[in-house]
Amino acid sequence: MHFRWDIIVDYLPLLLKGAALTIGISALAIVLGSILGLAVGFGKMSSRPYLSWPMSGYIHFFRGTPLYVQILIVHFGLVPACIGHTDAVIAAITALSLNSAAYTAEIYRAGIQSIDKGQTEAAQSLGMTGFQTMRFIILPQAVRRMVPAFGNEFVVLIKDSSLVALIAAPELMYWSNVMRGQYLRVWEPYLAAAFIYLILTYSLSKLLGWLEKKGVAG
Amino acid sequence: MAMAGPIIEVNGVNKAFGANTVLKDVSVQVAQGEVVVIIGPSGSGKSTLLRCLNGLERPESGEIRIEDRSLLDAGAGITEIRSRMGMVFQQFNLFPHLNVLQNITLAPVQVRKLAKGKAEELAMSLLGKVGLREKVGQYPASLSGGQAQRVAIARALAMEPRIMLFDEPTSALDPEMVGEVLTVMKELAAEGMTMVIVTHEMGFAREVGHRVLFMEQGVIVEEGTPQQLFDAPRQERTRAFLSKVL
Repeated sequence: MHFRWDIIVDYLPLLLKGAALTIGISALAIVLGSILGLAVGFGKMSSRPYLSWPMSGYIHFFRGTPLYVQILIVHFGLVPACIGHTDAVIAAITALSLNSAAYTAEIYRAGIQSIDKGQTEAAQSLGMTGFQTMRFIILPQAVRRMVPAFGNEFVVLIKDSSLVALIAAPELMYWSNVMRGQYLRVWEPYLAAAFIYLILTYSLSKLLGWLEKKGVAG
Repeated sequence: MAMAGPIIEVNGVNKAFGANTVLKDVSVQVAQGEVVVIIGPSGSGKSTLLRCLNGLERPESGEIRIEDRSLLDAGAGITEIRSRMGMVFQQFNLFPHLNVLQNITLAPVQVRKLAKGKAEELAMSLLGKVGLREKVGQYPASLSGGQAQRVAIARALAMEPRIMLFDEPTSALDPEMVGEVLTVMKELAAEGMTMVIVTHEMGFAREVGHRVLFMEQGVIVEEGTPQQLFDAPRQERTRAFLSKVL
């Protein structure tokens, strides 16, 4: 087989443009998903059933159904219902954020519940409120333990973002599909895409590894 | 020790964990400045009783009054009652992500709204009192058990509490470190601090306690001065326990 480097060079600007959108979509979904996940996680931990049940249901739904299906529901159902028409990028960010929130919610919950009960008791015995205990004692300790799990989740999210090519959000996978269509070649577009994904996920895990080390050191 | 009413008043408290009853109709009063020591076999309910006093456990029935305020009806006001009552735990429960100074100043700044400078001054003077001024910038992981517990005592004292509760403060310590913690507690008692102490240190109970309670199976079997309780126990169960531990 003759590997045509020249078509990769030709398509590189579009692939990189796609990669930029992949980064943009993933970064926004990471931020929005983490914020929403915090609310969902706390909701699930709540002792009030009208909060914990719906949040528990949310987590079950988004972890128990394929992301593929969720993207289609958001693209053809949720987004049009909210803004009157659909938009691939908005749908992509929404679907990935909603999905990621379900996973990050569980990361928050596991991190918070891993902190020894004695820490809460000591804080309470000093007269701290529940909020102060969470803010000054539990979360700072829990967040350090959550870093590796968040790292995994973010890497998964970058890879999963390739699924939004399905609704023609013009990200990396979308442009590799276009490239395959134009040149009727398989190896070049998909290996190029795979390589770019690898660079993205590898850089992210290096960054998170560095953060983790920094966090452990104090 | 003369005072109008008791600073701690417990009336008919019952507490169960599932089918297991841990406190049965317990009543006890503590006067201001009094040092009350609770002894008894493990599982006797003594730690649970202590934890009920600052609301870490909630009894099913009965009444607890701290400085004449009902603890169980306090609602959100419980944080204010707790802020005037220090607690020292068996496992120290220092905050591992904060250094010694921050461990001590956090609650005074956040709860008592003390200025940071004032809180740090107070922390330094308390560290001097427990003999650990040089550890001010260290993290809990680098402290020995005895040092950690003394920091924990300083942390509790920084809230300038009216009452100090000690839940087996020396049980997790290596034997050679028990003394340094007991010394700090003796000083506190000598200053007139109201203290309720759950402990297995019988020598300490005899020396420092004004009153000793012997608990077994969720009830206070016997109480009296250390001399009465240790030298002339009236109850057979007290005698049996003392013969095992003394």
